[in-house]
Amino acid sequence: MATRVIAGKTVQVNEEGFLTNPAEWTKEIAVEIAKEEGIAELTPAHWKVIEYCRATAASLGGKSPTLRQITTGAGVSTKELFALFPKGPAKKVAHIAGLGKPEGCV
Amino acid sequence: MADEPRKIAFICSKGDLDMAYPALVMGWAALGNGIDVTIFFTFWGLDIINKHRQDKLELAPVANTSMKMKMMGLPTGNLGIPNLLGILPGMTAFTTWFMKKKIAEVGAPPVGEYLQMLVDGGAKLYACKMSVDMMGLTKEDFVDGVLDIVTASDFMDMTEGAQIIFI
Repeated sequence: MATRVIAGKTVQVNEEGFLTNPAEWTKEIAVEIAKEEGIAELTPAHWKVIEYCRATAASLGGKSPTLRQITTGAGVSTKELFALFPKGPAKKVAHIAGLGKPEGCV
Repeated sequence: MADEPRKIAFICSKGDLDMAYPALVMGWAALGNGIDVTIFFTFWGLDIINKHRQDKLELAPVANTSMKMKMMGLPTGNLGIPNLLGILPGMTAFTTWFMKKKIAEVGAPPVGEYLQMLVDGGAKLYACKMSVDMMGLTKEDFVDGVLDIVTASDFMDMTEGAQIIFI
């Protein structure tokens, strides 16, 4: 398992750069990864999504919820979700939230 | 070209309930992964974007060799719904109801709602001009997400460099 230093903290990552231990995640890490993903600033709307994913991941084996689970569960519209995390929200949200890629298809 | 986003285009030519879902599922997955999605609806596939039809798509039991009675919990092994029974009034409604139930069980939304999710996620929808003319439809018959009625040649132009999937 590879490790890398993000926001001054050494964390374990997989070959795609996703954190493999959600417990190692911090808000500073999220800010740093968001920048790598092209999101300059995490607004309260971004945090609402990230926090919803973090809260539900425990019941999903450390995986991020699917996009539909996010829109219905966090009360964010599909349009808004794609605007907050443009060009691939499924992977981006999981990456920033320090979770595994979602397992469902919807 | 590393900067060029990957592009996928689907051609939906079927209007059966089970043939509406492949493009919806794969298109949604593509959007979630940052892939540009275009969908071209032709022939019976127009039912998927027809606002009077999209939530009334059906699945007929006749000549369907994959739908086994076992799916409905009956201990009937490899036996399908006999074609002779499939022609009875109400059988298409029954198999449609059953398939919708199975689809809902895996958390997939109905066709109209699913398609709207794709539109909201940035998918571009087009109707085939020849099919639209042939079936006497107009843009008013289609859901709002349909951008235009285009020719096959237009579709070829707009999908340059895309991976094309025919359904």
